[in-house]
Amino acid sequence: MGEIDEGLRSELQRQGVWVTSMQELYNWGRKNSIWPLQFGLACCAIEMIATAASRYDIARFGGEVFRPSPRQADLMIVAGTVTKKMAPQIVRLYNQMPDPKYVISMGACAISGGPFKQGYNVLKGIDRYIPVDVYIPGCPPRPEALLHAFMELQRKIDSQKLSGADKAGFLKPEQPSEFPVPAFGEHDLQPPANPDVYHPPKLERV
Amino acid sequence: METLEQIKNRAELAARGAKIDIVANTGPSQQSSLLIDNDHAVAVAQFLRDHPALGFDFCSNVTGVDWLDRTVKKTVKVKQTVDGVEKEVDQTTEEKIPGYLEAVYHLYSMKHKHGPLIIRMRTANRADGARLPSLTPIWRSAELQEREIFDLYGIHFESHPDLRRILMWDEFVDHPMRKDYRDPDDYEWEPTPHDDVLERAKQHYTPRPTLDGAENITAP
Repeated sequence: MGEIDEGLRSELQRQGVWVTSMQELYNWGRKNSIWPLQFGLACCAIEMIATAASRYDIARFGGEVFRPSPRQADLMIVAGTVTKKMAPQIVRLYNQMPDPKYVISMGACAISGGPFKQGYNVLKGIDRYIPVDVYIPGCPPRPEALLHAFMELQRKIDSQKLSGADKAGFLKPEQPSEFPVPAFGEHDLQPPANPDVYHPPKLERV
Repeated sequence: METLEQIKNRAELAARGAKIDIVANTGPSQQSSLLIDNDHAVAVAQFLRDHPALGFDFCSNVTGVDWLDRTVKKTVKVKQTVDGVEKEVDQTTEEKIPGYLEAVYHLYSMKHKHGPLIIRMRTANRADGARLPSLTPIWRSAELQEREIFDLYGIHFESHPDLRRILMWDEFVDHPMRKDYRDPDDYEWEPTPHDDVLERAKQHYTPRPTLDGAENITAP
């Protein structure tokens, strides 16, 4: 909606003429019908289930259709501890989802390994292998926090451009939609992180 | 339940040649245990399960312990005669104890409602001699737990029906619960490091530039 003046638009609306753009209509439809992938890894999944149940009711935001197949899902909620043994399966599920696809990293474990960060068997954050759109801290985050993340994701979808140089990543053919699945190595996953996805901040300390 | 001494004497009589030691626990729990020699472990376990008065039919927990090589210093006061005068002198002796791995079984009796009885077995060393007889033929519930010990401590249980890794993947070669295990170096992003983590995270820090222009600033 770059071309039309906001004042003119509201004036037209008062006269009974509703003006919109293809992009606005398209994103409005997409953001209000997000189908999450139905899988849980640990205690965060219980909060995710509570969010889907009647009290918190993610259906109010159009996200109630949890799909048991990655082929039909738009959103992956990584809810819980990602062990190194499980990580290749998560990446595989992500690769099987059709574009456009989004990832919510739910809880301390999925963000960074959380309380198990210095353990031997927990991945230090799923963002080592797949791109994450929204992070929710918490151990576990409450259903309100997941709803907040969901609304944040809707805001993100709403702001995605369909054309131009800064159009959304999933519309660019050169943007990868699949990422290499890590292999089980002798001491760790190989590679331990995907350098194309994972960019930790450079620390400069003495 | 009978006392540990009684159980020990009964078991030694029943399994000929078995050598059982009592490992005393002087802590608040007072849970002393029986250390069983590896050659007769299966016979002793069978006796503990099948004896009508003992009847330890339920193995609730099996776990491993890693004991590294250690030196124990003992200080003894010895009377010595120096220049014709008798004096008390401290004499320190060092004893080197080679490391070993241990498997600990917690046994209960459902029939008599008593327990726990704790039995232990020790391996010869922490390398190629880390072998113990499996007690899975006696207590079926030990199967997964012995697999877990094999996975995390590297004790090979002989005559175990299905000795594979259970928590880590099959390609993994280390035993992460051993005290000398060193995890792979993925410490590139540690926002709040301290202690050991700080030491390992420091290797990933970019060095601060020595000359950054600040040294040229002078007060007017």
